[in-house]
Amino acid sequence: MPSGEGRVKKSVILVTGAAGRLGRLMVQTAHRSGEVIAVDRRPIVGLPKDVTHLRTDVRWRQIEDVFRKHKVQAVLHLGLIHNPRAEDDQYRFNVLGTQHLLELVAKHKVPKFVMLSSANIYGPHPDNSHFLTEDAPLLGAEAFPNIRDLVAVDRIVQSFFYRHPEVETVMLRPVHIVGPRVKNAPSNYLRLERPWVVMGFDPMIQLVHEEDVVQALVLAMKPGAKGVFNVVGPGEAPLSRILMLLGRRPTSMPDFVVRAALDRAFKLRMTSFPAPEIRHIQYNCVVDGSLARRVLGFEPQYGLVETIRSVLGHSE
Amino acid sequence: MSGSLVKRRPSWRRRLAENLVSPEIRGKMARISAELGELGVDPFGLDPEAVKFAAVPVEWLYRHYFRVETHGIDNVPQNGRVLLIANHSGQLPFDGMMIGASMIMERDPPRVLRSMVEKWVPRLPFVSVTMARIGQIVGTPDNCRRLLSREEAILVFPEGTRGISKTFDKAYQLERFGTGFMRLALETGTPIVPVAVVGAEEQAPSLYNVKPLAKLFGAPAFPITPTFPLLGPAGLLPLPTRYRIYYGEPMRFQGDGDEEDEVIERQVEDVRAAVQKLIERGLGERKGIFS
Repeated sequence: MPSGEGRVKKSVILVTGAAGRLGRLMVQTAHRSGEVIAVDRRPIVGLPKDVTHLRTDVRWRQIEDVFRKHKVQAVLHLGLIHNPRAEDDQYRFNVLGTQHLLELVAKHKVPKFVMLSSANIYGPHPDNSHFLTEDAPLLGAEAFPNIRDLVAVDRIVQSFFYRHPEVETVMLRPVHIVGPRVKNAPSNYLRLERPWVVMGFDPMIQLVHEEDVVQALVLAMKPGAKGVFNVVGPGEAPLSRILMLLGRRPTSMPDFVVRAALDRAFKLRMTSFPAPEIRHIQYNCVVDGSLARRVLGFEPQYGLVETIRSVLGHSE
Repeated sequence: MSGSLVKRRPSWRRRLAENLVSPEIRGKMARISAELGELGVDPFGLDPEAVKFAAVPVEWLYRHYFRVETHGIDNVPQNGRVLLIANHSGQLPFDGMMIGASMIMERDPPRVLRSMVEKWVPRLPFVSVTMARIGQIVGTPDNCRRLLSREEAILVFPEGTRGISKTFDKAYQLERFGTGFMRLALETGTPIVPVAVVGAEEQAPSLYNVKPLAKLFGAPAFPITPTFPLLGPAGLLPLPTRYRIYYGEPMRFQGDGDEEDEVIERQVEDVRAAVQKLIERGLGERKGIFS
């Protein structure tokens, strides 16, 4: 009798990027219903005791052993680097890491693959339609090349979706995620006491609370759910109203001044906001979240004012 | 109700502006229906407060400068989706402004008219914000479809820049109409109300369009008028011609919007003829350009 036969493989859920904020929240949520293996190169703070941490790079061979040893029920891929400086090997990490995971999912017949993309890949453009649907072209990298890896990853997952209909693939494209302890660019920007704004521009902004994103991911993990979905929070508001609600005193400067100053400051590492990102506070990138509402049954729990105020730190 | 969440600083500018809004407009704006979010704007960025303030100079232009005469405004249904299809003229889009104004000044309750603006408008500082707050949207088919499904009233100039930039020798001759509006009307089952504006052609008679200069400034046209560029930027001010706006009877067309170009073009031609007929009526009824 060959060894290993008769042994029942344990069912597990694999979460990549488990050291990130959403990663930790999802590990906590998922481990209530089953066994979780958390994957991240970084150390994970506050990991529940019964969760295994596999400290590896998703591109390496080591990760395949998880698929051999266990019956992986689902892969939740949150391990994408969103670093505006695109340092080290971010492009390769994101693209090759995702590619490797998808190969393993197909090879080991994992029934579910869920990943978090971003609504930023549509990109803010002056001629954008209001409410971009999931079919809208992904033009985000046109003006901001540093997110071209995220566009590439999104495309890889889309093609996987069609090549492997046996896998329930879900890709969520949330709008700007904010929350009390979220440290991404939009949350950091809203925390500035005197944020810069572009004179004469006031785009509509969409935000979603991180806990609502967790809820959307939980819905995406449910059996039967598949597809690409925009995830939109409780509505949209002009940037100026959002800043007013937070009691900010914005400094208004013409387009070229903000751009030049930011460019200089970014090179001198005085700011983490790259100059091309000012398009986000200049033009609309408003997406349509109705598909997720209809198909996944996603309904944000946080109201607009609550979501905006969440960046201040005290959740209400 | 909504909007009160945002504590605005009571500035002297705001108090002044409040005093300038006529009681009539203030009363009417309280009765417009708009689906406002928690921060007082609708999903497209329309702010009824902004419309109220924009109405101050527009009302003056409407009543005292262009002394607008409006005919047949009851042809525009009070509720439900509708496309207003109008001729476009006068170098600067005061015609759109006055049509929009007539829907507020001459109706009770008023209807906020949306118009589809050129794709380069959102690139312009200040203009982009102002346009968004008073309900003007980038003219993409998706936007139009979405607004019609929300039962809104939309103004379209199917001649586009061909119409507004034309030289004076072609006054009141309609340029070629685009066909996009007809496909959308058929697809969404929207009635079309033809509209004619008489008087805007003479506000800035263009003698010649200097195309290389237009290209240089990235503008749709660089007109030579009796006052521009002779008087500098002041020469851009329109002459105080009298405007006449004629609303025709609603037209309904059969189809699903996916017909061949030939079929659509025939239907567009019907609308164009209806607008032309209203123009002829207006030209026949007026006694002078300024009176």
